Amino acid sequence: MTPLELIAGALIALGAVFFIAGTVGVLRFPDIFCRLHALTKADGLGLGLVALGVGLLAASPGAVVRIALVWFFVVVASATCSHLIARHALERARRERS
Amino acid sequence: MIDTMVIFDLLLAVAVVALAVASMTTRDMFAAIVLFVVFGLLSALAWVRLSAPDVALAEAAIGTGVTGALLLRTLHHVQTVERKAAPEPLPVPMGVQIANAAFCGLLTLGLAAAFAGAPRGGPGFDLLVADAMSISGVDHPVTAVLLNFRAYDTLMEVVVLLAAVIAVWQIERGLSDAPAPALGEVWQGFARLTLPAIVVVGTYLLWVGSSAPGGAFQGGAVLAAVGLLLLLSRLYVPRPSHRGAARVAFVLGTGAFAAVALLVTGGGRMPFEYPLEHAKTLILLIEGLVTISIAVTLAALFHGREPVALPERAAGTGGRDDA
Amino acid sequence: MTSFLGGILVVLLASVLGGLVRVFRGPGAADRLMAAQLFGTAAVAMLLILSQVMAMPALLDVAMVFALLAAVTLVAFVALSARGRPQ
Repeated sequence: MTPLELIAGALIALGAVFFIAGTVGVLRFPDIFCRLHALTKADGLGLGLVALGVGLLAASPGAVVRIALVWFFVVVASATCSHLIARHALERARRERS
Repeated sequence: MIDTMVIFDLLLAVAVVALAVASMTTRDMFAAIVLFVVFGLLSALAWVRLSAPDVALAEAAIGTGVTGALLLRTLHHVQTVERKAAPEPLPVPMGVQIANAAFCGLLTLGLAAAFAGAPRGGPGFDLLVADAMSISGVDHPVTAVLLNFRAYDTLMEVVVLLAAVIAVWQIERGLSDAPAPALGEVWQGFARLTLPAIVVVGTYLLWVGSSAPGGAFQGGAVLAAVGLLLLLSRLYVPRPSHRGAARVAFVLGTGAFAAVALLVTGGGRMPFEYPLEHAKTLILLIEGLVTISIAVTLAALFHGREPVALPERAAGTGGRDDA
Repeated sequence: MTSFLGGILVVLLASVLGGLVRVFRGPGAADRLMAAQLFGTAAVAMLLILSQVMAMPALLDVAMVFALLAAVTLVAFVALSARGRPQ
């Protein structure tokens, strides 16, 4: 195992830890806003670390660019989705109160 | 030590079956839809593990881009209709139930018989396809099979979509006058950034199909997602005057496919037997037009009605507010 | 390395499958959908790793499709539920 593979493996493993944390958060946190917080950690950091690790192992520069783009679009989609869910939940709560 | 990939494959296989069962047995319709979407994600992964990236791409595009939204829209439609009119659903007669069960049973038996009768452990068609690749006009075996060796079958698949949209336009008509949902400025920024990127990736999948996994169905499904997002956010609202263009787009793929098949016939050639020097051009032409048809047809199926003004009904119900 | 990455894949898949309990528990529709959202991201991560393990760069295209279309189902949910609201 080369040093590069070692670093990549460590990054990917750390990314997996964030996915586990995200799952635990989605299961255990009390309300939807807390769960969103857990979800975005997995999306941003978890996938980011996995992408970084796989990018180190990737064979071609083209693959590295594509991996970076995949991560970028997941983060953009995740941020937008979290925002939409939060808006939706807030409006719902407001409607139920009135 | 057991190979970890074997454990992964086993877990994946069990999870696919478990999710299929769960999505069918869950009483909560919304949960069933969510489980079905996850089932789609898992089956895409399963296709990847079976070394079938083409199917995985199609499953990814259809499963994440179209199916979930289509099912949610159907659920929404059913619930709003039920809330408004709520006719008591008639119980299904016992005879119909038995006939359905018998038909499904026969179908399953037939599939089982076909499966049992299929040659096992043979080389399959790999060698035949590999031999004929040089006369196919493309470099990717899957595209060669779909657009050349068994193009008849693919033509029929395009016809199925055309038939579906014709049926939908016969059944449902009307304009939607619902206001645009307030999705906020974050959504607008997302749409500005992502929609063009989806168009680029959809076109790329179509283009790359001649030499790598990708093709008309994958590209078309990805492009259809753009249509879905535009319809959902009402950035695009279908109008009666758009019907002509939509009709042209619906038949474009089928028409071009059939026309090419017939035009190459003659001089000792069968339909779909493309002359070798033009094979790649013809295949790309068909694929390009089929992609447009698939994208527009899927988006129209999601919209679910012919955009015609219906004054007498609109006056009675005060317009429609579903999608 | 392959065996190590395979182990990571098993951990990722098992983890997000556990997260699906949220789909059954709810309580709200948005809570259920969030579990699917997490699953989608994990599927992208698994595809990135699989593209390395199986030496199949085409899987990056599959991951790209997942990434770009990840929002469609959720936008459909939010837009439709905003529309179907009784006035």
